[in-house]
Amino acid sequence: MYTVSLSPETDLHIVAADDTQRNAVFEAKVADDQFIEPKDWMPDAYRKTLIRQISQHAHSEIVGMLPEGNWLTRAPSLRRKAILLAKIQDECGHGLYLYSAAETLGISRDDMTEALHQGRAKYSTIFNYPTLTWADMGAIGWLVDGAAILNQVPLQRTSYGPYARAMVRICKEESFHQRQGYESMMVLAQGTEGQRRMAQDALNRWWWPSLMMFGPPDDQSPNSAQSMRWRIKRDSNDALRQKFVDVTVPQAQALGLTIPDPDLKWNETRNAYDYGAIDWAEFHAVVRGEGPVAKERLAARIDAWESNAWVRDAALAHEAKRSQRKAA
Amino acid sequence: MTNALPLWEVFVRAKNGLAHKHVGSVHAADPRMALEAARDVYTRRMEGVSLWVLPSASIIASDPGESPSLFDPAEDKIYRHPTFYIVPDNIKHI
Ligand SMILES: [Fe+2]
Ligand SMILES: [Fe+2]
Repeated sequence: MYTVSLSPETDLHIVAADDTQRNAVFEAKVADDQFIEPKDWMPDAYRKTLIRQISQHAHSEIVGMLPEGNWLTRAPSLRRKAILLAKIQDECGHGLYLYSAAETLGISRDDMTEALHQGRAKYSTIFNYPTLTWADMGAIGWLVDGAAILNQVPLQRTSYGPYARAMVRICKEESFHQRQGYESMMVLAQGTEGQRRMAQDALNRWWWPSLMMFGPPDDQSPNSAQSMRWRIKRDSNDALRQKFVDVTVPQAQALGLTIPDPDLKWNETRNAYDYGAIDWAEFHAVVRGEGPVAKERLAARIDAWESNAWVRDAALAHEAKRSQRKAA
Repeated sequence: MTNALPLWEVFVRAKNGLAHKHVGSVHAADPRMALEAARDVYTRRMEGVSLWVLPSASIIASDPGESPSLFDPAEDKIYRHPTFYIVPDNIKHI
């Protein structure tokens, strides 16, 4: 998921002795489900973890525009093109809301951008897969945004105020993303034989990477307990993944499409679907930066940043000249 | 009135978790005085847990005359709303 911890956290349990008192107050507030605001005292590790999580989330929104941008000029109709453009525009806004929430913690947006471009910051593994056909636009809206919603809804009550408020805005906007994706899949699934095959192929390729979005299994997420205690993570990776499977399988059935998992079956006693083993080696490889189009994605981000530098420079130069004239 | 006290806009956070909300303005000579005046004027009944004041002159407001060109373009983009998409009733959680 956008907020799964993808980089090492080594600094989580260190609290300076003179901070014990303030830390106790902080912990009590968080345990009581109260919000922490930028000027409140907070432990360094909480601040660092939040910066990592929120900036990673922001980077995911921004890099997430690339796979969809790939199909903008080839959308099959003006209607679909307007919808896809509106969705990409929203994702850009999501990135900006999140960067500004992170900036309240004392890091600059330029620093976060630099960390991304230098490969020090991560973003969701899902965006390192290629978008090969138009059906991928439907599958992404349905599955990827669907998975994002499941993760983001509980974060509206996350303990850090600016993050929670950003999530409220984002969740309000996400619903259209998932619905346009499902609608698009419906059209393909009910279309010609070729369109139906294209929809099935997209589901085949996006299903497992979507499950991986929720991050490693709970017994391999050592920092989850701390994050849950701090209310910056509200449900476990496996719990969210299970929920995703349970709500998505009937949606696929309604489309007449098959989930690419021979082990998938309803478990009467658990009242949930059992599903097959996830290829965690693949997940870890993608986290390490070995995703199919990882290099391409980062290169596209760096290129956009560098080739547009003149616009930022020109705007600043113009303003400098204007204020100089005003002062004279 | 050459020595008029400058104007400051006041924002109050009712409680943690909520954004600061504009409540009005005060006149004050400096930031400290503006904060204290805002405290006295706007939070006498525990209306808030945090205050922001900023010089009114530093607010850049949109021109009402430009409202149509700024905001009307959003009017015909109904596809930005989830209700634009028809998903059968039997499909849940979408
Ligand atoms: Fe988003
Ligand atoms: Fe989205």
